[in-house]
Amino acid sequence: MKIVKPAKAGTMESNDIYIMVYPNEKGNEIQLDSIVLKQFGKQIEKIIIDTLKELDVENALVVAKDRGALDYTIKARVETAIKRALE
Amino acid sequence: MRRSMLFIPGNNPSMIQNAPVLGADSIILDLEDAVSIDEKDSARYLVRNALLEIDFSGCERVVRINSIGTNFGYDDIDVIARVKPDALIIPKATEEGVEEVDELLSAIEREEGFKLGSIKIIPLIETAIGLEDVFNIVKSSKRVVAVLLGAEDLTADMEIKRTKEGEEIFYARSKVVSVCKALKVDAIDTPFTDVNDFEGLRKDSEKAKLIGMTGKAAINPRQIDIINEVFSPSKDDINWAKRVISAYEEAQREGKGVFSLDGKMVDAPILQRAKNIIEKAKAIGLIKG
Repeated sequence: MKIVKPAKAGTMESNDIYIMVYPNEKGNEIQLDSIVLKQFGKQIEKIIIDTLKELDVENALVVAKDRGALDYTIKARVETAIKRALE
Repeated sequence: MRRSMLFIPGNNPSMIQNAPVLGADSIILDLEDAVSIDEKDSARYLVRNALLEIDFSGCERVVRINSIGTNFGYDDIDVIARVKPDALIIPKATEEGVEEVDELLSAIEREEGFKLGSIKIIPLIETAIGLEDVFNIVKSSKRVVAVLLGAEDLTADMEIKRTKEGEEIFYARSKVVSVCKALKVDAIDTPFTDVNDFEGLRKDSEKAKLIGMTGKAAINPRQIDIINEVFSPSKDDINWAKRVISAYEEAQREGKGVFSLDGKMVDAPILQRAKNIIEKAKAIGLIKG
């Protein structure tokens, strides 16, 4: 799947994550800001990367602002943003 | 057992993940009215993932999809049914609509290798035409396990004022109850919308129970305890039922066809009522089975 335009999903509410995606010539790249960055930063990045792989995306810059989202929310918000960025 | 069915907005992670501990018998993850048009896709994926990953601790997992008169509704079914919720609520239900959802679910169940008919349907009766056709709506699919009455939309459709006293929905409640009893499915009452009026909630729940509703929808977690209490058999009910059954067993041993308790004759309907109370009390865990 090819990202063709910027898109966003999620909110800045507690337990959510705000995801913005942009087309990126350099491949997949993640910029993460999280209230639990020290404890779970790597885990959150891995979930985002795995979700991009599952969706077969290779050209996304993902800017994520996490407010303590669980895995299921991170996956859902990334999937939503990516699918919005394809249209 | 569906004493209380709690609506949870389908695009709110915080509320979704806290839902299992709130004490409701059923959780309704709402993709319809609680989600804005722009966020339908987002909520759909969030609810799908929640059904896959969250332990709902024995709560029934129900999803209110969008009307199948819209593209949202078809997309909801295609995404949500593949993770096997316990049931779907069909808004503004019609006979044709329920039949169509039944067929779509059957196709998905075959594709996914689920047992045919395992995803249940709860029609939401919230239009005058739906109310008048409720018997056929329930009959239109073997998946139907309950009917939910939606009085806000119904009274809007009928162009009448909705009041706390609820006199204006007496006919609708009675009709839904009568059909549900006839076809052996649960009758779930409309939510009480003033979330700060607990006395009003209790009165409204008792009124619904009095005419045969078996449970009630909730729109706030604080409503659950009262609803569960009202729709559970009371201690007095359970004691009475136990005494009826004990007297029946004694009469059987003595070869009596008819017997009395506290000076009143006990016949088959009374015995059945006692058995129903015991069955319900066992299901809730009020007495050991």
